[in-house]
Amino acid sequence: MNISVSSLERRINHGICGEGPIATEEYFINMGPQHPSTHGVLRLLLKLDGETVREVIPVLGYIHRGIEKMGEKAGYRQFVHLSDRIDYLSSLMNNWAVSMVIEKAANIELNDRIQTVRTILAELQRIQSHQLWWGVLGMDLGAFTPFLYGFRDREKLSDVLEKTIGARLTMNYIQPGGLMFDIDSDFVKDVKLFMDYFKPKLAEYETLVSENIIIKERLRGIGVLDAKSAVSLGTTGPVLRASGVMYDLRKSEPYGMYAKTAFEVPVGQSGDSLDRYLVRIVEMRQSLRIVEQLIDNIPDGKYFVMKPAVKIKPPEGAYYSHVETARGILGVFMVSDGKGSKPYRIHLRTPNFNNLWAVTAIAPGWRIADLVAIVSSLDLVVPDIDR
Amino acid sequence: MDASELISTVTTIRPGISQREKCNRPSVVIESVNLLDIMWSLQSREDLGFDMLLSHTAVDWIDEGWFELVYLLYSTKHGHYLMVSTFIPRESPVIATVSPIWKIAEWQEREVYDMFGVLYEDHPDLRRIFLDDDWEGFPLRKDYKDDFMLERPE
Repeated sequence: MNISVSSLERRINHGICGEGPIATEEYFINMGPQHPSTHGVLRLLLKLDGETVREVIPVLGYIHRGIEKMGEKAGYRQFVHLSDRIDYLSSLMNNWAVSMVIEKAANIELNDRIQTVRTILAELQRIQSHQLWWGVLGMDLGAFTPFLYGFRDREKLSDVLEKTIGARLTMNYIQPGGLMFDIDSDFVKDVKLFMDYFKPKLAEYETLVSENIIIKERLRGIGVLDAKSAVSLGTTGPVLRASGVMYDLRKSEPYGMYAKTAFEVPVGQSGDSLDRYLVRIVEMRQSLRIVEQLIDNIPDGKYFVMKPAVKIKPPEGAYYSHVETARGILGVFMVSDGKGSKPYRIHLRTPNFNNLWAVTAIAPGWRIADLVAIVSSLDLVVPDIDR
Repeated sequence: MDASELISTVTTIRPGISQREKCNRPSVVIESVNLLDIMWSLQSREDLGFDMLLSHTAVDWIDEGWFELVYLLYSTKHGHYLMVSTFIPRESPVIATVSPIWKIAEWQEREVYDMFGVLYEDHPDLRRIFLDDDWEGFPLRKDYKDDFMLERPE
């Protein structure tokens, strides 16, 4: 009679009859295009070994609308409203990027009022975008409360912007040669009220999520992107700065009123998901600081230097200009043939397109749940990738 | 390095590099056969140090019969930018890949292939990026037509 007592370890490693290890094999699984944690129609094809990610293959194009082709058919002014629809959370900054390249091409000089209002609005929208990201990150990691808090506070800011702009998402407010219309008479008061409201809330964000041990453990050391790869992968914005590379257009090539305001740009050290998280939290504080310095000093003047009815015809040439959006550098490359009121070619260098590929470098080796944290910490907006 | 100093340094790398006219940023034109050599020097030389490929795209000059390929480089060390242009014929749009130099080029080149049909030699994974694999034609070419396109009346 042959009797032997097995153990759990033996059961796992050698199967029931002790015939050797259980056979495993790698397999592919789709995450998306419909998946709550991909924030849109992003499809990640995952090569998995059990629950461990071996390879990530992003599959794009589910929301590709051919905006660059449409730009060749639309006039210079008409292209501004298309720019709302790339990264919809930074639509004012996108408007600004497109307006800026057209203004450079057509040699339009702006007054200080326009520049100040643009800077204030851009910083308010950076806060708004980070509020949404913060809420969604909480939800991705299994905490529903931050999502509600983030949207509650975003709503206050949306109301302020709506009063002046009339829109809540696709703003189409910053125009080549000025603004669509003047700021609302209550704008200054409303912004101050919002800042008084939001400052204690931001402290609450810190105690609720930043200090939360579960969130910390889910982010610390996960998906480390070292500085060299971050640069080689062309990442920009908080993703690059979290890896310790100081590159922010607001400092390196100040536009608008950034040269005249005091603020700091946070830089991370290790480049893990927690650093990407903390960089954005500090950015919200710094944005409040910028708005605080400017809100009482909006100079008098006209809100446009060139009437919207004037057709823009830039001289022949290639033009490039960029701004720092909430997610990184949005660059607009425009070629004018000098013949008409339409660009010959317009290319958008969008921050998320470059930031996305970081996931292929940092996700392998982590579990699926960590991949969700990594994607969330990259703060991707899919229409910005696909254009 | 200021713009003019940068241009004069870059033009001495090898003969055949000239300044691109009518551009609001420092910009040079190079011969397409020397692309890889020049890009390696731009990336590795201490005084240039272009370690980031910010953007890569193409322009279809249909009347002249060229594709202009544009590379926008940035140096995180020195903080300067350089736009590098090269021209390849529309009939045989073939160019070397720069993905061994900058990793991101792999995907930026896939986008240019998808939209313009530019073929990259030795590219590790050349396939369409936004459109379906069986899509016909390259949409950002000026002579592209398909059944769903609406022409705006002039």
